[in-house]
Amino acid sequence: MKIIRIILLIALLAAFIAFPFVFSDPATTTIAVFTLFFAAAASGWNIFSGYTGYIALGHAVYFGIGAYAMALLCQVWNIPAGYAPFFLLPLAGLIAAAFAVPFGWIALRTRRHTFVVITIATFFIMQLMAYNLRSITQGSAGLSLPIPFDWNADFFNLPFYFVALAILLLAFGTSWWVRNSKYGLGLLAIRDDEDRALGLGVNTRPFKLTAFVLSAFFVGMVGALHAYFNGSIFPPFAFDALFDVAIALMAFLGGLGTLFGPILGALILIPAQQYLTVIAGNTGYNLIVYGVIFLAIILLLPEGILPTLSKRWNKWKASRNRSEITPAVATTSDQDDSLVVESSGKGIEQ
Amino acid sequence: MANLIIGAVITGILTGGVYALMSSGLTLIFGVMEIINIAQGALVILGAYLSYWLQANYHVDLLVGLLITMPIMFTLGLLIEVAFIRPLKRNRTMLSILVTFAIAMIIEGVLTNRVGANYVELNAWYVNASFKIGNFYLPYIYVFGFVLSVVLLSCLYFLLYRTKFGYSLRASMQNRTAAELIGIDVERVSAITFGIGVALAAAGGVAFGATNLFNPNSHYDLISRLLVIIVLGGLGSLRGALVASVALLVIGDVTAVVWSPVWSSTVFFIILVAVLVIRPQGLFGQPEGRKQ
Repeated sequence: MKIIRIILLIALLAAFIAFPFVFSDPATTTIAVFTLFFAAAASGWNIFSGYTGYIALGHAVYFGIGAYAMALLCQVWNIPAGYAPFFLLPLAGLIAAAFAVPFGWIALRTRRHTFVVITIATFFIMQLMAYNLRSITQGSAGLSLPIPFDWNADFFNLPFYFVALAILLLAFGTSWWVRNSKYGLGLLAIRDDEDRALGLGVNTRPFKLTAFVLSAFFVGMVGALHAYFNGSIFPPFAFDALFDVAIALMAFLGGLGTLFGPILGALILIPAQQYLTVIAGNTGYNLIVYGVIFLAIILLLPEGILPTLSKRWNKWKASRNRSEITPAVATTSDQDDSLVVESSGKGIEQ
Repeated sequence: MANLIIGAVITGILTGGVYALMSSGLTLIFGVMEIINIAQGALVILGAYLSYWLQANYHVDLLVGLLITMPIMFTLGLLIEVAFIRPLKRNRTMLSILVTFAIAMIIEGVLTNRVGANYVELNAWYVNASFKIGNFYLPYIYVFGFVLSVVLLSCLYFLLYRTKFGYSLRASMQNRTAAELIGIDVERVSAITFGIGVALAAAGGVAFGATNLFNPNSHYDLISRLLVIIVLGGLGSLRGALVASVALLVIGDVTAVVWSPVWSSTVFFIILVAVLVIRPQGLFGQPEGRKQ
């Protein structure tokens, strides 16, 4: 079983690597690049929100800080266009993470809805700052980044694609490590019952804060890469309210708190959204359709695709085993089964 | 300078009343149903556009138009609750935030599609006219908006504390399960509460639309302010929403006068953060107990 998994993972990775060579049309690879950006950001977001159950709706803050850090670093150090700016990505991520420490510290003093609202508030604070701190951010005039002119149109997307893939792998690896470590177990315990986790000796405050900072680091790196890809940044796009919900929506669609869920969500939603923007334009239809998809996902698949599928799969396996035993046993095991399903709804999933 | 500050305080109190109207709907919905209605801002804008449309096509006065728009918005609220909020069973609070956000996006999309993204403002004889008190010129609309808020909030007070429905509503606020056990139809109460909250948003929309330029996109700014207000006041506390609205608007207006208008919103948010560091449950909120 384990070997099959590893083979599947390698095949998946190979598919990701081969994709831009098979579909080399720049329009297609642009969508692929955006998909990887969001997959990486959603994976990073999931490390905090998915595992701890605290839904942060302000991660556009770290996306924006990463973007502005990238632009300012390039300006201050006169970084030429080309491959050099890619090496600044970890630094931009660290700057975003550094901002996440005080914000997270304040926000994590509260729980549940209040926490959500404070993350939204930090988002608006930072967006206003981007508009108003003109001496640093140039306000609504925006900042521009070095543009690699010597990369032709066919080649342009490739470096971004592979750097985004590297960030995604890093985020995924971290997510996997967290999921299988004692630290991650502590985070899941916080999600299930924070007070009990505290009572059992999980040091909840530092656990939550480190996860928050970690997720901000990945989102910040994606923000920086996105800024370099676009070549310029403006406050409403660097700090975009839609980004806040988009990554949450991807994680919810794929399966909140699962390893592959956010990536699957991004793989479905970003191409869909790009396609919608192309066919519907900016006449409001794109918002309507996006909102309707959003509603449909939450109402029809409240647990996300992967948990729903794995539940179906377990049920199907159970029913197959049951058909081999006597009917009397089958009915009792049926009751047991429903109990298990119910408790697993609250408990650890995946 | 002193004059300017006094003027800022007065307009702050008057506009604070309007925000109290919009945020009371939000906090009421939270109190009963434990959900945060992110669509409240979009519904305020929708209410403003409804009044705009009634006025442009049928020459209905803004305040008279409320007699038409408030029932429409009440029904819309009922429908939203029944269709989208009630089906959420598990992890209600978090999912409801996402669901109402989606509703806000749909409303924004429909409005953008129907009316476009141009800024509009509501107009009536009292919007641009003003009268003089002492040294100040006070636009009528500020006073009318404030009076409207006081009237509607008084009605709300009467409804909550002097009617049988109010008893059921407050019981559901205190303890949903216990309220169900003593025979209150909590689902019905929830739906009506949501309707009331949305109807209040429509009323707030008229006052907001007459004092601000707005377009379908304005709801982000509005909902962020409303969220700050209800969190600052303490989620689910009507008194908190009233105090926080007035306090924040006064502080914002005074900042605009003594410092610069661009910083007034920032001060808004910084106060929230400062208060929450000291009192995570907000000014009038109950500290959150352990929920099983």
